[in-house]
Amino acid sequence: MELLNKIVNIVFGEYGSLQFTIVWAVIWIGLIQHAVGMGTASILTWLERRQSAMMQDRLGPNRANIGPFRAWGITHFLADALKFMFKEDFVPPKAHKFLFGLAPILAMAPALIIATILPFGAPLCWGHMNEVLPGGVCETPVNLQIAHLDVGVLFYFAMSSLSVFGATLAGWASYNKWAMMGGLRASAQMMSYEVTMGMAIVAMFLIYGTMEPGAMVFSQGDMPWEWGIWGVPHFAAFILFLTSAMAETKRTPFDIPEGEPEIIGYFVEYSGLRFGLFFLGEFLEVVFSSGLIVTIFFGGWKFPGYQWVTEHVPNYGVSAITFAVWMTKVFIFSSFQLAVRWSLPRFRSDQLMQLGWQRLLPLSIANLLIAAGWVMYRGAN
Amino acid sequence: MTIRVKVVARPGSLSQQAYLPAIAHGMGITFRHFMKNWMLNLTGNRKKSEIVTVQYPEETVPYPERFRGLHRLMKRDDDQVRCVACMLCAAVCPAHCITIVPEEAADGRIEKRPAIFEIDELRCVVCGLCTEACPCDAIRMDTKEHAKPVYQRHVAVLDKEELLSRGTLSSATQGGVGAFWRESEGNDRQTTGEVQPAGPPPGPAR
Repeated sequence: MELLNKIVNIVFGEYGSLQFTIVWAVIWIGLIQHAVGMGTASILTWLERRQSAMMQDRLGPNRANIGPFRAWGITHFLADALKFMFKEDFVPPKAHKFLFGLAPILAMAPALIIATILPFGAPLCWGHMNEVLPGGVCETPVNLQIAHLDVGVLFYFAMSSLSVFGATLAGWASYNKWAMMGGLRASAQMMSYEVTMGMAIVAMFLIYGTMEPGAMVFSQGDMPWEWGIWGVPHFAAFILFLTSAMAETKRTPFDIPEGEPEIIGYFVEYSGLRFGLFFLGEFLEVVFSSGLIVTIFFGGWKFPGYQWVTEHVPNYGVSAITFAVWMTKVFIFSSFQLAVRWSLPRFRSDQLMQLGWQRLLPLSIANLLIAAGWVMYRGAN
Repeated sequence: MTIRVKVVARPGSLSQQAYLPAIAHGMGITFRHFMKNWMLNLTGNRKKSEIVTVQYPEETVPYPERFRGLHRLMKRDDDQVRCVACMLCAAVCPAHCITIVPEEAADGRIEKRPAIFEIDELRCVVCGLCTEACPCDAIRMDTKEHAKPVYQRHVAVLDKEELLSRGTLSSATQGGVGAFWRESEGNDRQTTGEVQPAGPPPGPAR
């Protein structure tokens, strides 16, 4: 026990020190970005096909198995990964070799980076993890969040707008006219919807009075009717944000940059694991944009009975339970995004631009004004 | 000169232009299908759900009565090939996939029979004309089997033994009375040579 304490002290350092922050950040990066993010995104590739099949009265892929372990074909994602690894990694002779290799990384990295700001559980209490802490009151909290950034959601915008580089560079570097068109369309679409997204979320900044996602979660209640979605500007912001977040992921009904029936899209020349990176990056965006929506509008890791749990369960158990709740919410929302993708027809390119600039942007600005009025009214009372 | 553009008015109420009610309606439909299929599938009542998928190797759809499958050659009472090598099937075959080399039977009971009877299932277009052309009900396509995938082309060429292995007795009367019609009618003109009748002369029975 003494030895264990010593090791813990050496590894983590003093509470609040730089070493302490970095070590915890590394742990959370391993957990959230790699275990949860990659894992969920991989399973979503299977879930998307299975769920869409069920929606269309089919069965979907249910065959892949490891020996007797079949589990509705959930190991299809492993088979896919294996296939990606063994496929030919073809680079077109006239492609720009460096950018061609860089583009998939640029497409996937932002999707991973935006996970840093998401709070995925109730804070651990350093030094009191085995104790029951009623109400979660703690002097030395360790946030279940990779980076506790005050700019919070602004960082999300900064990073998610970087992912347009991946698509555009992929289109340009491929030396292919279809890819080029896909890249151009991707840049046009993502620029347009970035604006709406920002405007929609500024309304929520006003209402919460903070940009830090962890603080946003704390200002929401446990009960579903105490979550951030209830209210006129809240709900409008939710719809606007959801729409533009889905447009950012470049999936149907906003899959103009890919447009399978007309241009194959910016990744037409990609094969093997490079294509796999684009593919996984898309699903990572689904996962983490769901995470952000859950954080801002659906109470983050909070759930009815959180108060009771804090009074009866030790601190580490509370964190584990809230983490499970957060994961469930994110999974439900990812599944919802998949359902949207398989229910709605796609927009035409000009309709997409029209929707973005003529409908959503004015609406989001109007919503910003309403939210400002809401905050004034609430402040007056 | 300006480009003349005809602006088509888009009719529709505000709720239609807002997309949201229609989206909610559509999502409702897909969600209902999803939940119904999912729940019934989980509880093992897939037959009650709306899923139309056939899990092929385990489940099969019964073939229709007149499905044309792999060929087979029918047999006589004594398990000999029923075919009399009249070459009608080979002649009618649009794909020229039937190869017949006729021979005389050693026992003389049968005037003509195929020494070689081969069907190239890779060339066969499964039209069924051979079975229609056959006057003896000797070739049939009612096995309800597909041509199986093979690794070498020659494996797909079915020879007489293979075709006979699926054969059964036909309920149709074997055409004519064979080489011994003279005997059976009491004619005194005997067949010449060493060829002797083996067993009872084939009559019109079966």
